[in-house]
Amino acid sequence: MLILTCPCCGAECAETELAPGGEAHLKRFGPGSGDDEFTGYLFERKNPKGVHFERWRHAFGCGKWFHAARCTVTLEVFGTYTAQVSEPPQDILDAIRARRPGWEG
Amino acid sequence: MSEQHAGVSAATGVAGRVIDRGHLVRVEEAGLTGMIGLRGDLSSSQMAKAVRAVTGTDVPGVLRVEAGKKGRAVWMSPDELLLLVAPAEATAGLAAAEAALEGVHAMALDLSDARVVFRLKGGAVAEVLAKGAPVDLREQAFPVGTARRTHLGGIAVGLWRLGDEDWEVVCFRSLAHHLADWLEQASVSGSEVGHF
Repeated sequence: MLILTCPCCGAECAETELAPGGEAHLKRFGPGSGDDEFTGYLFERKNPKGVHFERWRHAFGCGKWFHAARCTVTLEVFGTYTAQVSEPPQDILDAIRARRPGWEG
Repeated sequence: MSEQHAGVSAATGVAGRVIDRGHLVRVEEAGLTGMIGLRGDLSSSQMAKAVRAVTGTDVPGVLRVEAGKKGRAVWMSPDELLLLVAPAEATAGLAAAEAALEGVHAMALDLSDARVVFRLKGGAVAEVLAKGAPVDLREQAFPVGTARRTHLGGIAVGLWRLGDEDWEVVCFRSLAHHLADWLEQASVSGSEVGHF
């Protein structure tokens, strides 16, 4: 079972308490962008075997969105962090590199 | 207490229901309860004033419940509190909260009809709740004064611990009958797991 610590309330949440929000840190391409950019924004996802950044919502708890960095193979969680950033913070990147030395991002 | 409140409470089919004999814990539907929802900046002095005016307590810390002479204040989310008071105090409490929050970006609502409160008493409450909630309910992880929203028996609930053997569980009123049935089944004598 996947257990994430909600950074908004500090509760340890089982996966069943959370609503998944898909890949994190997508750049939105809206009106005025090209078809290729819009297609990429709308449909193309990384689906990596390994480190993945995701959005989650603490649906059965405080109701807030947050980000999580985890491994899709081992379910190891590198950390959770605020939803109010557009890229992973340095401490999360450091935690990932400590555990996955060859990881390039 | 208005007639409207009494009608809504009766409509759940669990009003006054008591689960006791032949069960590990005593479960009692708490009946009409005044519930006031507050949203806003929990660290503001106006919020502290509103909570004190309604319940007589401080603003609860993160994942905490504060019990005072006039009521309880429960931390629901980083910008939300639930205040529980006597049903007759709900209207006056709402007015007091609105007065305290005058001029700041905040919201106070009478949510008395939204949820049903169950009072659970006994040494085996954690044992019963742990059957259906994905929460660490051990003494060291869930001491007296802890509050947590989660799911129990498949539905969204809030649960908090007021004393060693004294807990409250709230759920939306439309699901109260299901939760009462679930609690009755999960607490049948002889169904102890013995985990705690």
